[in-house]
Amino acid sequence: MCEAAPGIIDLLDRMGVMFNRTPEGLLDYRRFGGTLYHRTAFAGATTGQQLLYALDEQVRRHESEGKVRKYEGFTFLSAVLDDGGVCRGICAMDLRTMEVRTFAADAVIFCTGGIGAIFGRSTNSVVCTGSAQSALFQQGVDYANGEFIQVHPTAIPGEDKLRLMSESARGEGGRVWVPKKAGDTRPAKSIPENERFYFLEEWYPKYGNLVPRDIATRAIHRIVYQERLGLSGQAAVYLDVTHLPRETLDRKLEGILEIYEKFLGVDPREEPMKVFPAMHYTMGGMWVNAEDQATSVPGIYAAGECEYQYHGANRLGANSLVSCIFGGGVAGQAAARHAKNLEKGANAVESSVFDRERQKQEALNQALISQDGNENIMAIWRELGETMTEHVTVTRINKNLETAYSKLLELDQRFRKVNLSDRSEWSNQTLNFARELGNMLVLARVVTIGAHARNESRGAHYKPDFPERDDANWLKTTRAKWINGEIQLNYEAVDISQITPRPRRYDAAK
Amino acid sequence: MKQQVIVKVKRQVSPQGSPYWEEFVLKWRPAMNVIICLRDIAENPVTRDGKKTTPVSYDSNCLEEVCGSCAMLVNGKARMACSALVDKLEQPIRLEPMSKFPVIRDLAVDRQFMFESLKRVKAWIPIDGTYDLGEGPRMAPETQEKAYPLSRCISCGNCLEVCPQVTGTERGDFVGAAIISQVRLFNMHPTGAMHASERISALMEPGGVQDCANAQNCVKACPKDIPLTESIAEVNRQAWKQAMLGWLIG
Repeated sequence: MCEAAPGIIDLLDRMGVMFNRTPEGLLDYRRFGGTLYHRTAFAGATTGQQLLYALDEQVRRHESEGKVRKYEGFTFLSAVLDDGGVCRGICAMDLRTMEVRTFAADAVIFCTGGIGAIFGRSTNSVVCTGSAQSALFQQGVDYANGEFIQVHPTAIPGEDKLRLMSESARGEGGRVWVPKKAGDTRPAKSIPENERFYFLEEWYPKYGNLVPRDIATRAIHRIVYQERLGLSGQAAVYLDVTHLPRETLDRKLEGILEIYEKFLGVDPREEPMKVFPAMHYTMGGMWVNAEDQATSVPGIYAAGECEYQYHGANRLGANSLVSCIFGGGVAGQAAARHAKNLEKGANAVESSVFDRERQKQEALNQALISQDGNENIMAIWRELGETMTEHVTVTRINKNLETAYSKLLELDQRFRKVNLSDRSEWSNQTLNFARELGNMLVLARVVTIGAHARNESRGAHYKPDFPERDDANWLKTTRAKWINGEIQLNYEAVDISQITPRPRRYDAAK
Repeated sequence: MKQQVIVKVKRQVSPQGSPYWEEFVLKWRPAMNVIICLRDIAENPVTRDGKKTTPVSYDSNCLEEVCGSCAMLVNGKARMACSALVDKLEQPIRLEPMSKFPVIRDLAVDRQFMFESLKRVKAWIPIDGTYDLGEGPRMAPETQEKAYPLSRCISCGNCLEVCPQVTGTERGDFVGAAIISQVRLFNMHPTGAMHASERISALMEPGGVQDCANAQNCVKACPKDIPLTESIAEVNRQAWKQAMLGWLIG
């Protein structure tokens, strides 16, 4: 991936992504967390959005040339597996007509993103529920490293979602601080320099504000929960860009500053932003092999955040963008090869294989829609999010993980008694979300049980009772399997033939 | 007074259904937006007069003005529901689907017209392939700074909603400012410029740039502050140039 990355950036540049430029007209680069060098190409502060749109435009181009057919407005329900356990297509639901239908396919590639919704509020989009991954897991696709969940240090708190304040704010010189005096209620700007605590710069002089995300996140938690130095006693710290020239802010960070201004009504060029950590990235995901992104079920491939392979226990800034494009490229070619080499294509599979899967999914929908119960899916979802955020994010304590796990089992029971407040057969979003929620409850257990088992601290996974990284026992990948409705954890070795692991040090002097 | 939020939603069970209004009373909390209101309704779908109803259908995804999917009319104004903060809205808050696009259900509409238009004007850079062909063309920082704001369009459709010239969603109806601005963007790119005339030709067909009547509503409705009227003027100029050249060369 690292070797392919420069070529990927060139490709995106050729596709017309408006990357920032140097005076010579070359790509400009900036720093991100955990790096000491300017190595990240960027398009203002909306790089991910720009890449997404550029790729979307290329798909539209292929579509207009008749090379691609999109089925927008469908949601995935399950894979169609034949008696030999080989994937022969998928079963999906039209979100308008609510019709369930199957699609025959020689190979299927999943690019279904992260699992933020399991934590209720996160920086992820609404569709990032992990429902597809979970459905596949329950059909035999192994799920790896579920416990590795990245919490981004700087997000704007909100009740519907936690909006990301990109690391680029710190990459361009933004500083994180709190007043030295607890409960200081003076306006930020009137607090003199020597009464401010720039805790990241003080604790980690070499990397300063650009320590990796897990370190910054825990430092902010320590400031708020142990040192009790949160702003006005609340769970927030300042992210300050007011000292940077306005021209730089407008040229390089406008996209994110505008979001802050829009959602909080305060101009971050004038007032320091108030931020707090939020669930951000799913390092774990469907297990895939290192050669060609194939999952444990023949014919199923995965790429992007929904698979586990590139980011270990913690992800560095901007790497998600390169890994999803690289993985997608590998998976595409592998899927084509797989289809070509099949002895018998999906079209030659008996129709009963497809019919039985469709009928199974239709029956599930029918049961949900017609059952009478007293539980509301939004309420169950809220409790799921609260439980996961409280116990399974930044700090993990086995006793609490056990509490969380029993809560998940309880929610699973209550889910069986949901009463959908919408029973219509046209564009029923309630039914769709109920299906997703059922899957989220299973995946939440995979995350929690994996975290409980891993008695060490590694990357984003932190247990105060086991504060050290334990390579002797835990330098391995968690691989969860679904066996007869139970989650079973297995472990496999990590390939360290290229680089020998060494301790992570961010506190050394400059 | 601040303890409750009153929301009126214009509902419609299907594309063929007739619209009707329902009113809800929600508990006020700090930093509420329209999305939170709709979620509160979903958790307890009971109208103000105690009638049980269904959760409101609406589209949303990123909740931070990147995906463009939660565009709707909030108190009569086309805007993104996610950034519509309750404390800044007059109550009762009236929520309606956008009127220029076919309603699917309640507040969810079909915006396919825009994506079809983007295909018509070839809103992309026609690269030779995805293999590694080396670096892209160099670009002056000045060009990038001009193009970047245009590249932030999220296809929300607000500029179409407010445009008096957008009357339908069939081929031949006015494509709207967003599409014209995308043509300007791709014509600015060194590779995209090689195919500028194709895009301009598409915008010289019925429903193209000449249909703009200069109401200038688009630029005020754009959540991304894209200089849409500038784009229309520029593309208009390109179209005139192309037409004149065609006429001269015959």
